[in-house]
Amino acid sequence: MRIECPNCGERDRREFTYQGDALALRRPAVDAGEQAWDDYLHNRDNPAGETKDLWFHEAGCGAWLVVERNTVTHTVQGAVLAEKVKR
Amino acid sequence: MANLIALTPCHALLPVTIGRISVTEITPAQLMSIAPFAGKQKAVTAQLKVQVGIGLPAANRCVSKDNVTVWWFGHGVWLVNADVALNGLAAVTDQTDAWAVIAIAGGGIEDVLARLVPIDLRASHFGVGSTARTMLGHMNVAITRKDARAFEIMVMRSMAGTLVHDLEAATRGVAAR
Amino acid sequence: MRLRRPENTVTFTFDGRPVEGVPGEPVAAALIANGIKLVARSFKYHRPRGVMSAGSEEQNALVTVRRGVQSEPNIRATMLEVAEGLEVFSQNAWPSLHYDMMGVNDILAPFLGAGFYYKTFMWPRAFWEKLYEPIIRRAAGLGELNGETNLDTYEKAFAFCDVLVIGAGPTGLMAALTAGRAGADVIIADEDSAMGGRLLREVEEVDGKPGAAWVADALVELEAMPNVRLMTRTTVTGAYDQGTFGALERVAGPRAPDKPLECFWRIVAKRAILCAGALERPIAFPNNDRPGIMMAGAVRAYVNRWGVVPGKAVTVFGNNDDAHRTARDLAAVGVKIAALIDSREEVEVNADYPVFTGGQVVGTRGRHGLKSITVVHSGGHHEIITDCLAVSGGWNPSVHLTCHMNGRPIWREDIASFVPTPGSIPGLVAAGACNGVFSTAGCLEEGANVAADVARGLGLKPKVTVPPADASAFAMKPLWAVPGKGRKWVDFQNDVHVKDIQQAAQENFRSVEHMKRYTTQGMAPDQGKSSNVVALAVLADATGRGIPETGTTTFRPPYVPVPIAAMGAGSQGKGFAPERLTTSHKASLAAGAPMIEAGLWYRPSYFPMPGETHWQQSCDREVGYVRNAVGVCDVSTLGKIDIQGPDAAALLDFVYVNTFSTLKIGRVRYGLMLREDGHVMDDGTTARLGPDHFVMTTTTAAAGLVMRYLEFVLQVLRPDLDAKIMSVTEQWAQFAVAGPQARLLLNSAFDQEITDDTWPFMACGTVDVSGVQARLFRISFSGEHAYEIAVPARYGESLFRQLTAQAAVLGGGPYGMEALNVLRIEKGFITHAEIHGRTTAFDIGMDRMISRKKDCIGQAAAARPGLMDETREQLVGLRAVGSKDELMAGAHLFEEDAVASRVNSQGYMTSVCYSPTLQGNIGLGFLHSGRARHGEVIRMVDHLRGVETRAEVCDPVFFDPNGGRARG
Repeated sequence: MRIECPNCGERDRREFTYQGDALALRRPAVDAGEQAWDDYLHNRDNPAGETKDLWFHEAGCGAWLVVERNTVTHTVQGAVLAEKVKR
Repeated sequence: MANLIALTPCHALLPVTIGRISVTEITPAQLMSIAPFAGKQKAVTAQLKVQVGIGLPAANRCVSKDNVTVWWFGHGVWLVNADVALNGLAAVTDQTDAWAVIAIAGGGIEDVLARLVPIDLRASHFGVGSTARTMLGHMNVAITRKDARAFEIMVMRSMAGTLVHDLEAATRGVAAR
Repeated sequence: MRLRRPENTVTFTFDGRPVEGVPGEPVAAALIANGIKLVARSFKYHRPRGVMSAGSEEQNALVTVRRGVQSEPNIRATMLEVAEGLEVFSQNAWPSLHYDMMGVNDILAPFLGAGFYYKTFMWPRAFWEKLYEPIIRRAAGLGELNGETNLDTYEKAFAFCDVLVIGAGPTGLMAALTAGRAGADVIIADEDSAMGGRLLREVEEVDGKPGAAWVADALVELEAMPNVRLMTRTTVTGAYDQGTFGALERVAGPRAPDKPLECFWRIVAKRAILCAGALERPIAFPNNDRPGIMMAGAVRAYVNRWGVVPGKAVTVFGNNDDAHRTARDLAAVGVKIAALIDSREEVEVNADYPVFTGGQVVGTRGRHGLKSITVVHSGGHHEIITDCLAVSGGWNPSVHLTCHMNGRPIWREDIASFVPTPGSIPGLVAAGACNGVFSTAGCLEEGANVAADVARGLGLKPKVTVPPADASAFAMKPLWAVPGKGRKWVDFQNDVHVKDIQQAAQENFRSVEHMKRYTTQGMAPDQGKSSNVVALAVLADATGRGIPETGTTTFRPPYVPVPIAAMGAGSQGKGFAPERLTTSHKASLAAGAPMIEAGLWYRPSYFPMPGETHWQQSCDREVGYVRNAVGVCDVSTLGKIDIQGPDAAALLDFVYVNTFSTLKIGRVRYGLMLREDGHVMDDGTTARLGPDHFVMTTTTAAAGLVMRYLEFVLQVLRPDLDAKIMSVTEQWAQFAVAGPQARLLLNSAFDQEITDDTWPFMACGTVDVSGVQARLFRISFSGEHAYEIAVPARYGESLFRQLTAQAAVLGGGPYGMEALNVLRIEKGFITHAEIHGRTTAFDIGMDRMISRKKDCIGQAAAARPGLMDETREQLVGLRAVGSKDELMAGAHLFEEDAVASRVNSQGYMTSVCYSPTLQGNIGLGFLHSGRARHGEVIRMVDHLRGVETRAEVCDPVFFDPNGGRARG
């Protein structure tokens, strides 16, 4: 598997560390309530198809990326810098 | 107390020559990391040009002028082998002792590195002035092409022994073919 | 027999017998040339077998190379090149290949069919592991591993290209020429020792010259192109995501020190052209497995390419026109053709040897080598004396790689074979025989056209020129299995015959995947390359379905067996993981310290002194250094992170539960970090060096994790914070100097003296050591008056040597991990033994540190009732009641009168030690409602090591509870 890092270009998966769903970008406020925190911490969809998740280019430039890919076709549509994602 | 003795990261390891490949240690007088604060990248470049004559290169590039080199060193980070003052513009951190820096050169160098580094280092794709943050074996490294048959590799100081071990093993394998 | 007298020869041995071979040829060719037909015993029935093919699909001729530690089993004799002195051995036979005792399995065959194991060895259950399985494993099998550590060299490597051409037959060469001429960056790989594929094996002309001559010219042209890389002896074994391919290279030439035997390549290609060719398939007829029965194309290959003839009187049996080439080519070089048998009625052949159209082979004779065959023709049986039978049941395109990402091939009725489904592997196109194109002209044309398309896709301007070549159409009529009695082998490598498949269908294993697992068809090292389509056809027939409806099993990587040694190349010994060495490493080794691994780091366990015979003695002495004089310990492995920026303090407030924005410059504070789920992630101290400048320390274990986490916070959670982090772990060599004499020792090193006023507890700043600027932190992980001093790493070794020498003068010395652990347990300081991922701030008694005045990671979750429940397991100290009683980490805690079983577990021990200071065994652990149970006596039971101890629950701080020693 290969991911196109916006800084480094296309690199082998071995350079990246997987984190999880990109919903981490939408961290609730401290007083958002139990339901919001429960969803944020524990509840994940497991889609057959397109996903957006967070990867860390740990053995590369050190950028956190939001990677769009498809769990059915294994296509990697692209990656953007997490810090540039609007939230 | 007696004076403290300074030792380089590869003091007992290098130089070595195996077949056509030679590995030697480079000891920059200074290595400072530069991480510009929000919105300050242009100002940093301007200041650097004043202080050392060159600015921050683009990602995956390394520039040199006279004795000063500035490497892109990762996401929002550069490295310069000179003392710079960028107060309020960037986080500047002394990394002089943090990295083992080696030069590896010789015929068939690309074949040796292809055993260890998972990126395309051929001159057609990685010419002089190219630099990359990637892996060498299991280690995170910064690798820069110096000329047609020479690269510079930086690895964390504590792993200098492993770097030399891995380079020696790969070089011996290629030379034995 | 050889057609030509060879110029050079080498001598190798087969089962100890010298055999002459010609450099470059495979062992199989040399064995054939020397009339050696019996080369192997089969997997299950130990039937005599001989060479069957001329490629990597070989099912029978598996051999072991060399003896002892260098031995390698299951090497295909068809791929193994002869070499002077090479030792080759047959396998799976005892006492010898000719008199194999296990041949008795063949006589018992009626009882050993498909499903035999499952039915026979069902009961009693306990017998399976101890009795049945060992017996079966001994009786059935292939070559054996030598059981010794592999000392051979293997290699891994990476390669990149625009176009990967897989296979270098006519299609692949034409594709590489077309793409290469257009300027594409090409890799062409072929598993053979020479490129050319079938053009080296057939008598055919290309561009008006012999095929082999055209190949030679093409290779000269390709080798001259700087943009083309040729890889022979390299099998592309797997297709993976985003254009990544695995390939196994058998490194050419003799063994030599440091020289890899094999290299496992990861090739990344923008586009790939699969030109893998096709494999000839056998026909199932009774006793079709005798030595001397070979594939028709293989017989041509041995004769045309290597000049070796597999028999004195050769018979050809096929269902297609291609088989006729074998008779034609052999007759042309003077080999006697005993007969040509074509199962089709309607073919016409003009030849001066006997031809049986509409005939079938129904029986064979000859135990260790074929002697005769029985043919049914026009209703009559004919016995034909023959020592070689060349068989062709048609050709299977090598679609394997196109199935590696779940692609399903398509059935093509006209060639009775599967062809690839276009688009099965993104970026890969199949061309030539693997795509069902069987004429040389068709292959050359498709190779050129596909490569031109690929080149255009890369923005190049290719020119297509295709040389003229043989264009004869391929005609065949399916014949899968000949009717009649007898065992008709389908999967030779795993000893599966027609009846096994029929029985599977009868017992309702009708799905192809079930049939495969019930009969083991297609499960041998060759993965059914030659047998799958025949097996499917037999299953389809037995279940009354067509082949397309029956479907295929899934081809998975690797295409050929890949040694684990090749995939794991470089990862043995020192290559297994990087070694991180501190600057004091050599000095510690010189002092005789055994090293212990802490992540990738190596740290000294203890520093033995003359007369000490047990680590405990050294450890107790080193604890005494710190409690009574002064000890020095390298703590450089702790993570050190430089944090700068206008929002540096805000970042710390966000990642630590307590507040750092209020920390004064020149002061240090202990910080606790939670995960977002409210559990403890790490702890450490952070020092404020300036208004916008901090340096954080992490535990050794979590240094990488915390660095990644801080980047996560800055880039993902809080990109609004303007702060920059940089690891400085490697920049500074840092030493703990601890004990009542710590300041005295440091002052001997400092250019300017420090006092309690200038450096109170938790102060930090810079000092000069012999003119070198150092950082000094007055912090303590031992509970003693202690400092940590950091110097640029270049001075680390020198400072360590000087500090330990000076400590010795003061009655102290260096201390290692064992003493460090005892010192911190005595003080109740936690490590990752306690903050192991399931403990909360509440559990370790630090929940009151969580500031409610700000948002911080983990704050919301930590407030959940379940994480604040009083009955949770809480950190406690435990003191063994008897002075000799041992405490064991990992042991569980029970009430004194309770049964020591899981349901009654009250908690567990995390850290234990003998405390020389308190002269008893003490430990830390977690106990239900533990903080309310101080004073209670509890049972500690270690079921694993059989230790049971009574222990008193107490406060985790055993020593100096008020902390006066660290402050004083």
